[in-house]
Amino acid sequence: MDMSVNIAGVEWKNPVTVASGTFGSGAEFADYVDINKLGAVTTKGVANVPWAGNPTPRVAEVYGGMMNAIGLQNPGIDLFCERDIPFLKKYDTKIIVNVCGHAPEEYLAVVERLADQPIDMMEINISCPNVNAGFLAFGQDAHHVEELTAQIKKIAKQPVIMKLTPNVTDITEIAKGAEAGGADAVSLINTLTGMKIDINRKTFALANKTGGVSGPIVKPIAVRMVYQVAQAVNIPIIGMGGISCAEDAIEFILAGASAVSVGTANFHNPAVTLEVIDGIEAYMKKNGFNSVKEMVGIVK
Amino acid sequence: MSEKTREICTVVSQESIGAGIYSMWIQTDRIAADAKPGQFVSLYTNDKSKILPRPISLCEIDKENGRLHLVYRVTGQGTGTDEFSQMKAGDTIPVLGPLGNGFPVEKAEGKTVFLMGGGIGVPPILELAKQMKCEKKQIIAGYRDCHTFLREEFEAAGTLYIATEDGSVGTKGNVMDAIRENALEADMIYACGPTPMLRAIKKYAEENGIECYISLEERMACGIGACLACVCKSREKDAHSNVNNKRICKDGPVFLSTEVEI
Repeated sequence: MDMSVNIAGVEWKNPVTVASGTFGSGAEFADYVDINKLGAVTTKGVANVPWAGNPTPRVAEVYGGMMNAIGLQNPGIDLFCERDIPFLKKYDTKIIVNVCGHAPEEYLAVVERLADQPIDMMEINISCPNVNAGFLAFGQDAHHVEELTAQIKKIAKQPVIMKLTPNVTDITEIAKGAEAGGADAVSLINTLTGMKIDINRKTFALANKTGGVSGPIVKPIAVRMVYQVAQAVNIPIIGMGGISCAEDAIEFILAGASAVSVGTANFHNPAVTLEVIDGIEAYMKKNGFNSVKEMVGIVK
Repeated sequence: MSEKTREICTVVSQESIGAGIYSMWIQTDRIAADAKPGQFVSLYTNDKSKILPRPISLCEIDKENGRLHLVYRVTGQGTGTDEFSQMKAGDTIPVLGPLGNGFPVEKAEGKTVFLMGGGIGVPPILELAKQMKCEKKQIIAGYRDCHTFLREEFEAAGTLYIATEDGSVGTKGNVMDAIRENALEADMIYACGPTPMLRAIKKYAEENGIECYISLEERMACGIGACLACVCKSREKDAHSNVNNKRICKDGPVFLSTEVEI
């Protein structure tokens, strides 16, 4: 049984990684999960300088999921390179560093700093507000996405995954923008913007007012978007959005994802990724697939 | 390497001990053996529509029998805590823990101590009181009304002073009012309760130069320090976060009062 997948020239031992922000840089989860068993670890987003993030409350539960507005708190690229990358290098897994910024030059500073680092891929979070474009998220405008992707590709030494926001009218346009800019892969979906009101406190449940909705409740939307993007571009797709078991992951793969990320489900069971990997293998055995690659996008 | 795991624990007993307050004992394989006062466990609901664990503090730790005593408040109908309250002896529940740092109980040796709990912050003070070896153990518990849950257990563990918001038992008011009314003094404080109470205790401790440990709470997601949901402001830049934030679930929930801003 061949569980391996090849994403933009990088060979993962299996198609399962974790969604950025749900797994830190792995250190806290290492007590609960054998990180060697993961196809890849996708780190929490890192910026050129430390970010303090949003005020609390930063999370709220919603039916079938949760909302978060952490505000991309991160220690900055210097400490990240000094501490988090060496930690992950101890494991036999691929390292995907998620990169965030408020302006192109901030993204580029991180990408440049990663050039000589022993990482395998980078994922660019383009759901952050662009301070140079009236705080519209980079990922909400196909031209901005193409431009930013091209700038990053010019200096990046590792394959570049553009992580798409679902808060757009047509995600295929954004995916095409990423492909036109030279992206090696796309990942989707990031969280859907939502709001929850605390009727007892008579205010917003999150200090940030709005937050990103994730968890099983977003899965049908995510599967639909992965399917649409799979029909629109020729670069590999890493699918995510509410995956909490192998059956969920297989839906994404059949819809066109070459690999999948488990996110919010890590909060429900820190070892869920291992169950997803084992479950995919069992499904393949039962359904006569010899490799994961055979399953990708077969539902048209 | 990965040696910790979510345990499927069995409910040993469950009873209501006050308005919306429940007392549950659970049987664990390993969690009780490793647990310290001031730590917490994450409980997971069986309702698939509820994703996040519920952090519940440890009220008592029975290492000999591998059991944990959890005292918690039901936060509303249809909530996760409502589901827990309906569990009966023999039912099973997934549990992760023990989590967090716990109270530095050994620092109390030779000291005159306040152990202060307010509302649903009262239960974790019990195991702390039971384990503490100090010169003078003054327990100050604040309740809403006459439902003074765990009262007998506290009376067996030290000298108990009670404050109630409605004045039905002990001092009318909060735990600080009880200290003033009884002219109590301490050179060491341990406290758990709502943030306004902890803010008042922190101020009192700092004005009087008293070493003070407070247990904070905040909305959590992962419970193990990865997601950065439950942070508090730290006075100094934190070595892990590289900003002035500490993680309540991992670096806390117990902090020296002078290291955090609340």
